[in-house]
Amino acid sequence: MIAIIDYGLGNVLAFVNVYKRLNIPVLVAKTADDLLRATALVLPGVGSFDHAMQQLNLSGMRPAIERLVLLQSVPILGVCVGMQMLANSSEEGRMPGLGWVAGKVRKFDVQNMPRGTNLPHMGWNDVRPLVDGGLFEGMEQDARFYFLHSYYFEPIQQSDILASTDCGVEFSCAVRHNNVYGVQFHPEKSHHYGSRLLSNFAKL
Amino acid sequence: MLRPRIIPCLLVRNKGLVKTVKFGASKYVGDPINAVKIFNEKEADELIVMDIDATTSGSGPDFGMIEKLAAECRMPLCYGGGIKSVEQAKTIIGLGVEKVALSSAVLEKPSLVSQIAEEIGSQSVVVVLDVKKRFLGARYDIHIRNAKVNTGICPIDFARTLEKLGVGEIVVNSIDNDGVMKGYDLSVTRQVREAVSVPVTVLGGAGALSDIRSLIEKFGVIGAASGSLFVFKGVYKAVLINYPAQTLKDDLIRAAMGLER
Repeated sequence: MIAIIDYGLGNVLAFVNVYKRLNIPVLVAKTADDLLRATALVLPGVGSFDHAMQQLNLSGMRPAIERLVLLQSVPILGVCVGMQMLANSSEEGRMPGLGWVAGKVRKFDVQNMPRGTNLPHMGWNDVRPLVDGGLFEGMEQDARFYFLHSYYFEPIQQSDILASTDCGVEFSCAVRHNNVYGVQFHPEKSHHYGSRLLSNFAKL
Repeated sequence: MLRPRIIPCLLVRNKGLVKTVKFGASKYVGDPINAVKIFNEKEADELIVMDIDATTSGSGPDFGMIEKLAAECRMPLCYGGGIKSVEQAKTIIGLGVEKVALSSAVLEKPSLVSQIAEEIGSQSVVVVLDVKKRFLGARYDIHIRNAKVNTGICPIDFARTLEKLGVGEIVVNSIDNDGVMKGYDLSVTRQVREAVSVPVTVLGGAGALSDIRSLIEKFGVIGAASGSLFVFKGVYKAVLINYPAQTLKDDLIRAAMGLER
């Protein structure tokens, strides 16, 4: 069963509601015991990087999550700050990230962007998948997702990039390394496009 | 391509949905949850919900109501009304709301913006500026407490201050144009827009999709918010929750931005 990791951050209910509408069983995990039945994990996240890492560490679930992801190769989907937590580090904070997708989280620099670009990157934007299938299986040509962020994931290995988006500069909006997936946008708030992606994740 | 955002703005008073004219008389237009359900089906870009009594009555944010709205909402949600502290902002984000909107409290204490941004991130901090044009001259003032108090502060200067403090979005709300449905105030929009590089959303005055089109023609990627346009139908203002279908919205944006199909 898909477990939404509830460590006090992120829109857990929104994920639960999307999966309910898709008739896909889902559970909310607040303790390590709740994770026993998990066959896939969703790691939501909002707020600052360090705060999110601290909350995850304090939740008591981190060892269980590491066991599932690293030893049992259970698929995990990090969303927004949940994606950024998969990196080694972030310019937003001092704490180390999970380091499951090699890379660094950087801040967009308005100086390096075309004149008139607004930051934070906020709103509906196109997502260009670089590989077929997987999370983007059967996605429509005009698929768009909701973004709300000032920091972005910069993977070290090109092969870890699943999709890119142009917001003045091109950045990696979706990454994957083995069973670890991350998306910068909010599939839980991206209407039927997001539902499709979350449904695809459930089928991995 | 990042798209302009077309955003219904819902006003809440006594747990009911209302619509005002020039921040005055309010008309009951229905149940907020029901409206959210309709905007879900219409796949609206975003939703703003403002509790217009939360500050003036001193009751603060109604967390129970916010939680219900957030759980129902399948699009990004921005909540405003009565937020005065970092703790309140954190609680609201924790309930599953993407953005919090501040207004009166920030005019009294601007540093609140940086304090909240530090906890929840700049991208989730919105400030709504209720602006009114002076009777004589071309200048604007920011008003607070449902337009009952004129701060005498210039919205353009204050927008720059907010950007330095780490605001993520500025909503420019025209008091004169509220509920009038005759088009946006493009002058104050242009001035605020030129002053800052954070996203700007305009509220107050849209009466037809052509008003949104004019706004996008002038400003490109911008937030176009409206209450009346999405809750009323026709000259007699019959209540009808509505939102343009995606093909219509895409065509409007493409035409306004001069893009090929």
